[in-house]
Amino acid sequence: MSLLLVTGGRLLDPASGTDTVADLLVRDGVIVAVGPDAAGGADGADRLDASGCWVTPGLIDLHTHLREPGGEGAEDIATGSAAAVAGGYTAVAPMANTDPVADTAVVVELVLRRGREVGLVDLLPVASITRGLGGAELTPMGELARSDARVDFFSDDGIPLGDSLVMRRALQYASAFDVVLCNHSEDPVLTADAQMNEGATSSVLGLPGWPREAEEVMLARDLILAHGVGARLHVPHLTTAGGVDLVRRAKAAGTRVTAEVTPHHLTLDDTEVGAYDAVMKVNPPLRTRSDVDALRAALADGTIDAVATDHAPHGREAKRQPWEHAPCGMLGLETAFPLVHTELVRTGLLDPLTAVARFTTGPAAVRDTRGHGGPLTVGAPANLQVFDPEVTWTVDRARLRSRADNTPFHGRTLVGRTRHTVLRGRPTLRDGDPTPEVPDA
Amino acid sequence: MTAPLTDLIAIRDLDRAQVDDLLDTARELLPIARRERASVPTLRGRIVCNLFLEDSTRTRLSFDLAAKRLSADVVDFTAQGTSVKKGESLLDTAETLMALGVDLIVLRTSSAGAPVQLAREVAVPVLNAGDGWHQHPTQALLDALTLLQHRDDLTGAKVTIVGDILHSRVARSEVELLRLLGADVTLVAPPTLLPDVSGWGVTVSADLDAVLPTTEVLYVLRVQRERLHRAFFPSTREYARVWGVDAARLRRLPGDALLMHPGPVNRGVELTSDAMADPRAVITEQVTNGIAVRMACLYRLLSAAPRPEVDA
Repeated sequence: MSLLLVTGGRLLDPASGTDTVADLLVRDGVIVAVGPDAAGGADGADRLDASGCWVTPGLIDLHTHLREPGGEGAEDIATGSAAAVAGGYTAVAPMANTDPVADTAVVVELVLRRGREVGLVDLLPVASITRGLGGAELTPMGELARSDARVDFFSDDGIPLGDSLVMRRALQYASAFDVVLCNHSEDPVLTADAQMNEGATSSVLGLPGWPREAEEVMLARDLILAHGVGARLHVPHLTTAGGVDLVRRAKAAGTRVTAEVTPHHLTLDDTEVGAYDAVMKVNPPLRTRSDVDALRAALADGTIDAVATDHAPHGREAKRQPWEHAPCGMLGLETAFPLVHTELVRTGLLDPLTAVARFTTGPAAVRDTRGHGGPLTVGAPANLQVFDPEVTWTVDRARLRSRADNTPFHGRTLVGRTRHTVLRGRPTLRDGDPTPEVPDA
Repeated sequence: MTAPLTDLIAIRDLDRAQVDDLLDTARELLPIARRERASVPTLRGRIVCNLFLEDSTRTRLSFDLAAKRLSADVVDFTAQGTSVKKGESLLDTAETLMALGVDLIVLRTSSAGAPVQLAREVAVPVLNAGDGWHQHPTQALLDALTLLQHRDDLTGAKVTIVGDILHSRVARSEVELLRLLGADVTLVAPPTLLPDVSGWGVTVSADLDAVLPTTEVLYVLRVQRERLHRAFFPSTREYARVWGVDAARLRRLPGDALLMHPGPVNRGVELTSDAMADPRAVITEQVTNGIAVRMACLYRLLSAAPRPEVDA
């Protein structure tokens, strides 16, 4: 029997609507008492001090690139898991664009098993919509859904599914299993050679522009197709004010759609590209300040369901290439929640409970997150984060847990940081240090 | 005192005093550039590397002559058709050049911003000889030198730039420098070839004939035929008729105006042969001035950089 007592924290649990100071007692991975009396019966329990801190459900990331198998030079499941727990996550969804592509049960089960061996976070593998991300033949969705990985979320992330017939058939076929499809919203014809957001900044820098219409045209098509078929669509990394409006109208019309936004699109705009530092190169690109404002408003009003990192590790050498040759992508796991706390909560745009919801109940409404996202009530699995909302720290790319160091926030001072992370009653991060690898029972 | 020049990458990095200093220096060096005076030993013992990752015979020749007139040693690193051209190993190349002991790198590349990235990595000055659609600062400086040989001052001068603004590093450098020197700039372009210029401080027009009577300087940009394939404009014939400059159209331009082009000209597309023969055209002056301006840039960049201990 294992006992864990989390003491003195402010319990912020959107699933139960709770915002109160309470102790939390966990036995064998399950919450057995919440409240002032929870400490009773805690003799011999392991203790985590949460005084002055928030106690939230463990965060869920719907959109993660862990690069294993195939891209271990930049990240693997062990380093990515360490980064995740340092950011307060207990579950992350590794994307399918690995090598080999996660388009068969063998690959998603490998990812699931590697995640369990590392034992720091639960992996919710994503499979591709089309074989080999080729955009033509569907993956065996039924078999993937019934595999050990129980895949209920499919994406060719990074490569837009441009063929409208294949997308429509994929939505129709997926509806048999009620799984979610997620398409990278980008009309590739409109973005041929594109390097950054098209606008006043790209025109000065002489970089080929990536028009917002390219995102919105594809998004509108997918919303129309999903509405017609009645299938579930998840919109990844929204970046434009126009895209927000499209999602808002689709939700009002009853389309089965959910949407996410990344921490970087919530906080950075395209003027960051000024020095041609390819760490700022990302797909979809950083947009303008008015887009940032629209995304923040949409996250607050629930048009956007979730913050998802699109954590995309790339090696230093890849990012030191000339801008046009450098790959797209930014790290996100270790900074996402502190960033939202610093820029959206402390500025009054989001109340704490709503901010937590966008990392917990929001993702849990998109797909089956298997015991993650709360509630933190008696009988529930003890997946939680203890977050210190007062501590000030400076992001240092040399000290991140990721193998890669392509964070766009290097040198930025943030307020708030994860102190402890707990997976089914076992601390995976204690006082900011990942617990050594322990196989999960 | 003029701030020393450590790199020359974009016009917007310069202030007015630095521009005036470069132009004054170029004027002093003009007799040498024109071969009216012998070359000078100013940069003897210095090694200038022309790192040209994109074809450009004319610009490379101009930089080559500029360095040699100042007695610098010139090494050419042309990398067409190799992996360097694709850009993957630009920084590896830079490391090699450092180890070889070059004192300055002249970089021509199709990658916008690559000179900015290179300058962050190397200790020697980087001189941008054109990077993608971004900047071509020596072109703008040589054009300013040419204009100031015909006008005392560019304050309020009405300059019209016509052509493919979107893909033009010349246009970006030109506008930034002309604005710094106080000129009023009007851009005339098909909307498909005009980027978002809301922050450029310029006027935009789609009617070339309407702006010509008040234009003091007409700057015609090169248009590349391959743009046809991406539906930027319908045909070279259509382009020539609507956006091109011929003798008939030049009759609308005031008698004391100037006609400029960065070269090479697509004759019959953006500019006809008879228009090039117009007495208001200063296109060949631009070429000669280019050597003097590049001499001035090399001289200023290398006089700001520490001189290695070399026994002459």
